Amino acid sequence: MRTTHLRIGAALLCLSATVSLVSCSGSGDDSAGGRTTLDYWLWDDRQLPAYQECATAFHKANPDITVKITQTAWAQYWQNLTTQLTSGDAPDVWTDQASYYPQFATSNQLLDLQPLVDRDKVDLTAYQDGLTETWVKDGKRYGLPKDWDTMALAYNTAQLKKQGVDAADLADLTWNPSDGGTFEKTIAKATVDTHGRNGLDPDFDKSKVATYGFLPEWADGSQGQNGWGDLAASNGFTYLDKNPWGTHYKYDDPKLAETVAWFKRLIDKGYSPRFDKQSSVANSELLAAGKGAIMVAGSWTISSFTDPKSKQKFAFAPLPTGPVGRKSAINGLSDAIYAGTKHQEQAWKWVKFLASPECQDRVGERAVVFPALKSGTEKALAAHKAQGHDVSAFTDSTTTEGGTFQLPVTEHGTEINPMVQDAIQSVILGQAKPQAALKAVNDKVNGLFK
Amino acid sequence: MGAETAVAPPQKGTGPDQGAARPPGGSRRARDDRRAAWLFLAPALIGFALFYAYPTVRGFYYSLTDYNLLSDPVFTGVDNYRDLIGDEQFFNALKVTGYYVVLNIGSQTVLGLLLATLMHRLTRSVALRAMLLVPWLVPNVTVGLLWMWLLDANLGFVNHVLDALGFGTTGFFTSPTWAMPTVAAVNTWAYTGYTALLLYAGMLQIPHHLYESASLDGAGEWRMFTRITLPLLRPVLALVLVVSLIGSFQIFDTIAVTTKGGPVSATRVIYFYIYEQAFTNFHMGYASAVAVVLAVVLGALTAVQMRLLRASRSDLA
Repeated sequence: MRTTHLRIGAALLCLSATVSLVSCSGSGDDSAGGRTTLDYWLWDDRQLPAYQECATAFHKANPDITVKITQTAWAQYWQNLTTQLTSGDAPDVWTDQASYYPQFATSNQLLDLQPLVDRDKVDLTAYQDGLTETWVKDGKRYGLPKDWDTMALAYNTAQLKKQGVDAADLADLTWNPSDGGTFEKTIAKATVDTHGRNGLDPDFDKSKVATYGFLPEWADGSQGQNGWGDLAASNGFTYLDKNPWGTHYKYDDPKLAETVAWFKRLIDKGYSPRFDKQSSVANSELLAAGKGAIMVAGSWTISSFTDPKSKQKFAFAPLPTGPVGRKSAINGLSDAIYAGTKHQEQAWKWVKFLASPECQDRVGERAVVFPALKSGTEKALAAHKAQGHDVSAFTDSTTTEGGTFQLPVTEHGTEINPMVQDAIQSVILGQAKPQAALKAVNDKVNGLFK
Repeated sequence: MGAETAVAPPQKGTGPDQGAARPPGGSRRARDDRRAAWLFLAPALIGFALFYAYPTVRGFYYSLTDYNLLSDPVFTGVDNYRDLIGDEQFFNALKVTGYYVVLNIGSQTVLGLLLATLMHRLTRSVALRAMLLVPWLVPNVTVGLLWMWLLDANLGFVNHVLDALGFGTTGFFTSPTWAMPTVAAVNTWAYTGYTALLLYAGMLQIPHHLYESASLDGAGEWRMFTRITLPLLRPVLALVLVVSLIGSFQIFDTIAVTTKGGPVSATRVIYFYIYEQAFTNFHMGYASAVAVVLAVVLGALTAVQMRLLRASRSDLA
């Protein structure tokens, strides 16, 4: 029985010790003789070199402030950050994301930057439209915009060329949830069975598909940023009564159900892999392995498609135009300051620097991400062009009126994710009817706000 | 087991001639011994108190609070437990975990017994025994990643072979029907060697002459297995079952690596649910309540098992 007690103890230990143990690993006090060391966190290793360059430049301009950057992979980032916050030892400044920040904002962990923005007259109009307002709640501003991302189609150029589809055809795709428009036709053409017959061929054998025309993403939380969300938006679906900070979700909208039903039909026709026979590796890897022809990709993944070492060659095309137009999700990151920082003024200086052309232009030149400042975005575009890549499919949506939509920012975001994802997966698996499943989950989601 | 005797401070007196001609400094010496004993015990006791007892009490306290990790916990009494009763996901997690435990314990014990018997009756090669343990030595995350790639529906070797043989492909980790049996099979692969080794050690305790006389009486291997090995192995088997049952309930890493609770909650086991509640949804209080309930369930199951298998008594003596 003693073993059992220990096991039970261990079970609880897992929960509480994680919290208390991490606090032992403090970073020590860091200001001595007027010199300050700021802790800064980010998760993307591809962006680390760019921000390291910014940190060096910042130190040069402010010799008494040193910035120590810590990069942690996305999977551990938020958990580490939360434990550090719990122990009162969080980094002074960290990279923040829209679905995670409400939790920190409501529990008073973030410094309100509005008074500082007013004092130093930071020009908020210099950023891409819509990026600054995400970080405002009840008149308080919890971050300055850092970068942004939009969605586009990524496709295997050789495979589509073989089926007689070229870049010009892909630039003007249309889509609707009833017959799928030219988007579905293109997907059908791009689907090839083991006998080399494409999806439009009457003899096409959907049980022996060699290359799927389209690879949908089903582990896409409650937002569907990588597929169903964008198409549903182009079908007139909106997530919320108001965004950000809405309190009533609208997942029961028939426009969403229609969209999901269309995806299900793609699978039934053999143009997309069946959910229960799909791969557990990322779609981009399947595309790289030649198992798929088209997928929806985020601008933060551009470099994985333009890698000169890749065996396949890829290009980008805009998302198809739906019944209410072409819509891409736009999402931005920000830099936030810890409310408990001992170096508020220095941290603000660093955040202001991160949000300034001095840093964002540097980041843009490295062409790994689109900086939030319009000037930084232009630098990134020029850098991509210099490397011979056309990434306008990602940027055109931001210059078109109504070409982008904001992803929902609400409370309970992390709880809603698995709920909606499960409902959508159950439809795709054929376990439930679209309208019924989405209505049921919508009631549950809205129940969280009561 | 045994720890209690170790904790008891040493008795006064040291030899058979105590009482007679006790040297003047005797009692002081005995006290010194006691102090030394406590000193030696201190690291273990402090460790136990700090890393087991304190977190247990604290975890139980959190289960009675509304605690999001970032703000201070607010005492809410039994609210978390009341919510648990109406929580479909919690009962689904229990059900799914139970399914996993049955699959995993079943296959692991039967295979482990088979391997142990073969090692016991056929060969005693050390190299073979060492090899059986290799999968157990591989870190769970690596095991998960390894099988995720091997079993992948599109790029995996196993599906490639299945397809070539005309069976078509299966999304082992993505089909709601297959996901849990696959996870169970992967963990059976990883743990059977260890189970077999424990059982094999138990079999070595069985006196060899029993087998000799049985075979003189004309008993075959199967008869010897059911009449000698199995009954005399009972206490060890019981221990193995208890330990692996508790271990099975704690399934987490394989799932965190491969299925992440999906598809449609088919593998959202109780530990994964606790983890999500605590570190994704920041419901530390609620997660603690689930953990407390799990501990109670495990305690009850273990007690029942020990009773049924009369684990503390051996038929050997």
